Amino acid sequence: MEKKCAIEMKGITKRFGQVTANDSIDLRINRGEIMALLGENGSGKTTLMNMLSGIYQPDEGEIYEDGSRIYIRSPREAYEYGIGMIHQHYKLIEVFTATQNIILGLNDGKMDIAAAEARVKEICSRYGFDIDPGKKVYDMSVSQKQTVEIVKVLYRGADILILDEPTAVLTPQETQKLFRVLRNMKEDGKAIVIITHKLHEVMDVSDTVTVLRKGKYIGTVNTADTDPQALTDMMVGHAVSLNIERPRYPDPQRKLIVEGLTVVDEEGIRRLDSVSFTANTGEILGVAGISGSGQKELLEAITGLYPVKEGSIRFIGSDGSETELVGKTPKKIRETGIGMAFVPEDRLGMGLVGSMGMTGNMLLRSWKNGKGALLRKKDPEALANRIWKDLDVVTPGVDYPVRRLSGGNVQKVLVGREISSEPAVLMTAYAVRGLDINTSYTIYSLLTEQKMKGVAVIYVGEDLDVLIELADRILVLCGGRVAGIVDGRTATKEEIGLLMTHFDSKESGE
Amino acid sequence: MSTENRTPLLRLAKRSEMDPRKVWCIRVASIAIALILGFIPILLTGNNPFAAYGVIVQGSLSRPIYIRQTVKIAVPLLGCALAIAPCFKMKFWNIGAEGQITMGAVAATYFALFWADKLPHFPLLAIMFISGAVAGGLWALIPAFFKAKWNTNETLFTLMMNYIAIGIVAWLQGGPWEGRKGSQLIPMFSDNARIPTVLGVHCGWVIALVLVVLMYIYMNRTKQGYEIAVIGDSVNTARYAGMNVGWIMMRTMFLSGAISGIVGFMIVSGANYTLYSGVANGVGFTSITVAWLSQLNSFAMIAISMMLAILEKGSNTLQTRMEIPASIADIITGILLFCMLSCEFFINYRLIFRHRERKEVNV
Ligand SMILES: Nc1ncnc2c1ncn2[C@@H]1O[C@H](COP(=O)(O)OP(=O)(O)OP(=O)(O)O)[C@@H](O)[C@H]1O
Ligand SMILES: [Mg+2]
Repeated sequence: MEKKCAIEMKGITKRFGQVTANDSIDLRINRGEIMALLGENGSGKTTLMNMLSGIYQPDEGEIYEDGSRIYIRSPREAYEYGIGMIHQHYKLIEVFTATQNIILGLNDGKMDIAAAEARVKEICSRYGFDIDPGKKVYDMSVSQKQTVEIVKVLYRGADILILDEPTAVLTPQETQKLFRVLRNMKEDGKAIVIITHKLHEVMDVSDTVTVLRKGKYIGTVNTADTDPQALTDMMVGHAVSLNIERPRYPDPQRKLIVEGLTVVDEEGIRRLDSVSFTANTGEILGVAGISGSGQKELLEAITGLYPVKEGSIRFIGSDGSETELVGKTPKKIRETGIGMAFVPEDRLGMGLVGSMGMTGNMLLRSWKNGKGALLRKKDPEALANRIWKDLDVVTPGVDYPVRRLSGGNVQKVLVGREISSEPAVLMTAYAVRGLDINTSYTIYSLLTEQKMKGVAVIYVGEDLDVLIELADRILVLCGGRVAGIVDGRTATKEEIGLLMTHFDSKESGE
Repeated sequence: MSTENRTPLLRLAKRSEMDPRKVWCIRVASIAIALILGFIPILLTGNNPFAAYGVIVQGSLSRPIYIRQTVKIAVPLLGCALAIAPCFKMKFWNIGAEGQITMGAVAATYFALFWADKLPHFPLLAIMFISGAVAGGLWALIPAFFKAKWNTNETLFTLMMNYIAIGIVAWLQGGPWEGRKGSQLIPMFSDNARIPTVLGVHCGWVIALVLVVLMYIYMNRTKQGYEIAVIGDSVNTARYAGMNVGWIMMRTMFLSGAISGIVGFMIVSGANYTLYSGVANGVGFTSITVAWLSQLNSFAMIAISMMLAILEKGSNTLQTRMEIPASIADIITGILLFCMLSCEFFINYRLIFRHRERKEVNV
């Protein structure tokens, strides 16, 4: 069965200063096929695809479409060749409707919104998308925004679609919906490339898998002939074990007691509604829930970043003394000597300073140290060097702006810094989002290591398979309320899934 | 390919990030291009551009006295650009330096007018210096306070404060501080209230150079400089790191206003020896250009402020010698700014011509 080749890349090389992101890569993309592009963080997947979408130009190598050589110099030109890419960060205008966003930048003389809307509807029904063309983007969920991006690309006539980690921000249900659409598009003869770090998704949706490692092309296999373990080995270059250990800590103590916590956002909507739980030392407390059920607010309230309306958050010191955290700013909490580490969801927008290097980012925790007005860069620099080595961060140096690192490496810098502060409570929000499988397992074992040191770990996650393997107890949030706290060793995915939608009868309509 | 007809002749694409050294080379080249483009207005006035540039350089640098006058123009530009730098680094768009200079000048003038006969020379100057700094700082603190408390727009706010400051001086000039009745002028300072000269120029230039070094250290080596850089990158990250963003904003604006206030003191006590409503004379705005062109690097500010001063001083000579209007300096400054801004654009984007691409496709 000979598939029709849509795009062929030959000997593609791309360098960024000292970094060789792609090293003479050959790649074929076929029509009527879904190809998964797999590789560790920083292996050059995004860079390679950006050369098809016109963001970058290769330093060396050739690109052919249907046998003839093409030059893609801008995203607009990529559209002309029928190539469309859905990036991880959506570029939509919040105050515009779906349709307005979709036709934005297309200058075909006049703007005929009604006709455009009709075409949008036609595309949606053809592939089974579910969006309201007249809805404003700021009213949309992440998955709806993603749908708009995909429709936008299709509207421009793309028949080669590239999706960069589209599932990283989706719930399992939304992911299934997306995959159905992708399969429909495949049936329609489109060529599809999907980048993802989740191997079960690769197995589920793709026909072939192409693996990159450290900027080099490793090989392409048929999905039917492979399995997750083999793919991981191919990605990493040696055999790795995909097991999460869950040792028991001998003597758990209460560390953080949250009682009746209620927070209200700027519009007066309750984001958390009398949430109560305890976090213990030597324990990973998993937090599950549909995204937007109050996970973000919970962690930010504990760290003093989100105003609390009612309730209490008490920290138990090692001598048994209790400290109330509600009403304290992050600065106050730090000055009280409470070791609290937080890996926020928005890494570059909240946890890190994108324009600074690793050293500058290490300073974010210790910039106050030492007497006098001058900064002390020695220790942070040493720490940056240690994390660079220990966690295998792919960067040319500790002063290289972290904004330019690949997603996974950005996260390593952040997690590395937070763990290094030897906290008593470690909170992580979606710590492995966007991380490759090998790095994810590194993070899991780092968290378990912290737990066995007696740290109270709170792990907000989205992958239920991982949660039931990693966490000792799992707190399930639903619409800002605690739907239940279950034992991680005995709980099942179904049980948690049910709790996640527990009181959801009225909110689910949104 | 049929789509080719639809491809516009010229279009833009974003570039990947460049080597910083290359970026600086491009910046220097764009200054050279601007100076060459400056030929055009000179040619339009019917003069030889080489001769005109010669006169500009001669008129500003050929004799010690000219150099002194040029430095005198450069000093407030440099001082004020240094003042603005931390605000801009923080992405706090302070365009109120004009007003902060003016208020610093008002405070210094108060002591010059009413305390000159009661205090000895140096204590008087010290008080003028400090009061200028405090007045400029407080004036800058007002918009920062409103921004920190109610998130008002600092650009509009600082701009409006300029006109209030100028209005206050106009009132003082015609009212309480008026010298001879009906003159609308504030009397000249006594010698006691004038700052001494070093190498023939008022010692403001020494202060400005010291400030260059201090500001460099402040921005790159101190905790406060670090806080400013973090806030400029992301306010949320700053809050996450336990920084009190509102307080830092107010502190930085106070510092910025204080430096502008010192510039105001240097202008009244070192150059004008009196106060009038046009005391800042656009320095607060021109220095934004200086700060921006030098990419907030304090050492680059020395070069840029000198360049603009040479243009301004030299074109005065141009006017007397070649009868070319002195406003040619403003035109060239405008061209400079234009070239520098478009060079930033070309550092970030590439132009693509349809022509070239079609040929390659046919290969
Ligand atoms: N604009 C850039 N400037 C400098 N270096 C870059 C740039 N973009 C990517 N790189 C470097 O190129 C390498 C490959 O990055 P790329 O983003 O393609 O990785 P990736 O495979 O998509 O990783 P991830 O799974 O983490 O998203 C990384 O080492 C990264 O630091
Ligand atoms: Mg990527």
